[in-house]
Amino acid sequence: MSEGLVTVSYIGSTVLFILSLGGLSHPETARRGNFYGILGMSIAILATVLGPKVTSYVPIIVAMLIGGSVGVYAAIKVKMTEMPELVALMHSLVGLAAVLVGYANFIDPTAAFTGVEKTIHEVEIYLGVLIGAVTFSGSVIAFGKLSGKIDGKPVLLPARHWINLGLLILAIILGVGFINAQSTAGGFVPLLLMTALALAFGVHMVMAIGGADMPVVVSMLNSYSGWAASATGFMLSNDLLIVTGALVGSSGAILSYIMCRAMNRHFLSVIAGGFGTGTGVTPAAGAGPAGEVQPITPEETAELLRNASRVILVPGYGMAVAQAQHTVYEITRLLREKGVDVRFAIHPVAGRMPGHMNVLLAEAKVPYDIVLEMDEINEDFPETDVAMVIGANDIVNPAAQEDPNSPIAGMPVLEVWKAKTSIVMKRSMASGYAGVDNPLFYKENNRMLFGDAKKMLDEVLKHLQG
Amino acid sequence: MRIGVPKEIHAGEKRVATVPEVAEKLMKLGFSVAVETGAGDSANFSDDAYREVGCSIAADAKSLWAESDIVLKVRGPQVHPELAVDEVDYLREGGYLISFIWPAQNPELMERLAAKKATVLAMDSVPRISRAQKLDALSSMANIAGYRAVIEAAQHFGRFFTGQVTAAGKVPPAKVFVIGCGVAGLAALGAASGLGAIVRATDTRPEVKDQVKSMGAEFVEVDYQEEGTGVGGYAKVMSEGYQKAQREMIARQCMDVDIVITTALIPGKPAPRLITAGMVESMKPGSVIVDLAAEQGGNCELTVPGEVVVRHGVTIIGYTDLPSRLARQSSTLYATNLLRLMEELCPNKDGTINVNMEDEVIRGTTVIKEGEITWPPPPPKISAAPVGATPAPPVEVKKVEKKPLLPAWAKTGITLGVAGLLFYGLGAVAPAAFMSHFTVFVLACFVGYMVIWNVTPALHTPLMSVTNAISSIIAIGALIQISSPGALITILAGLAIVLTSVNMAGGFWVTQRMLRMFRK
Repeated sequence: MSEGLVTVSYIGSTVLFILSLGGLSHPETARRGNFYGILGMSIAILATVLGPKVTSYVPIIVAMLIGGSVGVYAAIKVKMTEMPELVALMHSLVGLAAVLVGYANFIDPTAAFTGVEKTIHEVEIYLGVLIGAVTFSGSVIAFGKLSGKIDGKPVLLPARHWINLGLLILAIILGVGFINAQSTAGGFVPLLLMTALALAFGVHMVMAIGGADMPVVVSMLNSYSGWAASATGFMLSNDLLIVTGALVGSSGAILSYIMCRAMNRHFLSVIAGGFGTGTGVTPAAGAGPAGEVQPITPEETAELLRNASRVILVPGYGMAVAQAQHTVYEITRLLREKGVDVRFAIHPVAGRMPGHMNVLLAEAKVPYDIVLEMDEINEDFPETDVAMVIGANDIVNPAAQEDPNSPIAGMPVLEVWKAKTSIVMKRSMASGYAGVDNPLFYKENNRMLFGDAKKMLDEVLKHLQG
Repeated sequence: MRIGVPKEIHAGEKRVATVPEVAEKLMKLGFSVAVETGAGDSANFSDDAYREVGCSIAADAKSLWAESDIVLKVRGPQVHPELAVDEVDYLREGGYLISFIWPAQNPELMERLAAKKATVLAMDSVPRISRAQKLDALSSMANIAGYRAVIEAAQHFGRFFTGQVTAAGKVPPAKVFVIGCGVAGLAALGAASGLGAIVRATDTRPEVKDQVKSMGAEFVEVDYQEEGTGVGGYAKVMSEGYQKAQREMIARQCMDVDIVITTALIPGKPAPRLITAGMVESMKPGSVIVDLAAEQGGNCELTVPGEVVVRHGVTIIGYTDLPSRLARQSSTLYATNLLRLMEELCPNKDGTINVNMEDEVIRGTTVIKEGEITWPPPPPKISAAPVGATPAPPVEVKKVEKKPLLPAWAKTGITLGVAGLLFYGLGAVAPAAFMSHFTVFVLACFVGYMVIWNVTPALHTPLMSVTNAISSIIAIGALIQISSPGALITILAGLAIVLTSVNMAGGFWVTQRMLRMFRK
């Protein structure tokens, strides 16, 4: 295959990638979108392998077979509740691959540049490895936090902002040393040191971010893996890599931005880590909501649901933890058969990654046209008879609107308290990830259904059937 | 302690202060319960029903009052000349009495009760805070009154409420207008719309607008700017200008609607006169007005309290005993309110009561404590009252406004300037080959930006897994390098290919798996 044909194939796969992302704009076209992605990837790889630069085929085939089967195995085995972990883990692979490719390129003797071109090429290698290493270690930590192997609480080192700044300055100094190094061997030391620094930086950055901010982290790492690919593309003068990396990078960046906006947080304050630090406003002492909560039994819940004509269910991370989505679907199906209008309200940051709840509900076969976004459904709560909150807390906290001193003040929330009756399913009275007490629980039209979400919902289902 | 429930002696009063079901729960709190014979008859609770749950039945009022430590009643104690009964005289020296009292309207009664060294809790004085909702008898009675008002109106109204198209012709739906949307007003809205009428409502307090809409009714606003919320979520007296605008609006509505239900009350004041004789005259013949404020003088000029009258062809219902007309229901709810109060008074469930004046609810409800008049209570503290009833304290909402270092235009200018300089620097040094790649890069970022904003949030997880799979395009780099000389490069590149293949296959596969689940 000639150089020209390879380029044409690359253009083709670039277009296919763009179509792939475009296809995901709607569930009906999404599968086609994914197919475009697969097609684009296959064309790109075939064109490269058959192109003039590749001569040894056996290692490629062996490596791809090994990797491919591991990937497919993981994709088949993974539970839908574990999607955030899987995605985080996969980001780490891209990061590591970027580091490896960077190293390989650096020691490749065939690439000979001079003058400014050499400098730019080396900056590109340096950046590629840097971003790759941060992505890798950050994703590994994110994976650990999401799977519960590492404590989800933010680990805040003293003077952590200074540590980050110091790491950045060190990286720049090493970078200067790397570019000025005369020989390949001379450049190796700064490159290795920088890799270690970048790994440490990735660990430190994600460790400082709390569990509730994980949707931001996951999408941010998604973005990083894209930029790593893009930097690699510059390094290899390969437009396909640049374009694809930029697509992925901007996609992740937009997702992070959407998630931040959904929490009314500044992107930098999420990345800087910790919750509510630096705002300097403590909740007014003694302003905690007084009053008592009114518990409800599963039987009464079933009664309420049966007599309602409009019901909105608000799932949260608790539903994912309890694996309750199938029971939720059974209840939904039963109620819909009885003529109850059941819909779902999804807060953008419900769960641990963007769109987490939608995937779980889809897995449980809940039709996607009754699963609505916050903006679509928030106005409907006043006309709703029962709003049922399944394992969510901060995203339904009225303090965000009512108490200007609350740490989550200004965060858009689902206004479940405007429904005639709201039912909150919770394991206990503990506060959510934000550590903020929730005045919703004390509202007179609110009932609390204490217990494990799955167990309680099973009970409710039993009473509905009976 | 012994609880006594006498038969109500007020003319036409059909309610009773406890019902068998609740009496059973009172006994679980440790009290013994005695009921005067025939006390529940008018509300369809027989003596036998009380006996069945373990109450003792007292033969007459005198012995019941004499033997009871605590007397539960609906109406306040009064003198009945025909029966030669004076309930205050019956009350034990130092005894407890819980009923409606209306201390502001009945100073003489208060004096007589105080002289008896009694402790009196008034169900009309329960403070309006969220914790006390469960013992708010005024709300439960108002709810019933609102419902009954619609039923009474239907009784006197000569047409259907709901619109119908029948073989015998088209029937227009009735139009119901509710003035004052407290508990009674909202209950009336619910009952009227349940019967199929077109319902409208107005209130001086703007925050009830949402509640009105939630009942499926239209909120008619007064075209005048003034906030009408007084202390504790009740209405207050409005300014002259507002009242004028309000009268005009009500006059317009009266000409249009078939049924008007008025519930406008201001605490401690006579009911506002909202409907004049002229407005009644302007209404269609056969229309009905139900005046729930009749006892406080009426919202309508022509209301006769306690009676139904026809003026200018309009039926004006001025019943003051609407809850009593639904005696079984109102007795049950009132008894439950009393039970909740007893639970507050008897936290240890040991059959003795402790009038704890530190407790905000008990303090507000208690109007006489051991012969000492404690009414009116200090104004209620607003702790965690529901949103609707909380006038937002304006002082607290002081935003810590940070003054920006630079005005917005300067910021934008600096950002643009820095970006421009960076691009200039890049353009000046970088070789042409780099610049062409850079162009591609910037354009790709923009394309990504445009495409991603269209992705529906429901598909964010599949989007992430697909972009993740696509980012394994980095394999291309490894593929090119694997053929380079040098074992180390081959190993590094081979490893990178393995990693990216995991990603590629896994990412696309899992995306497909997820997308297959999304279905209509």
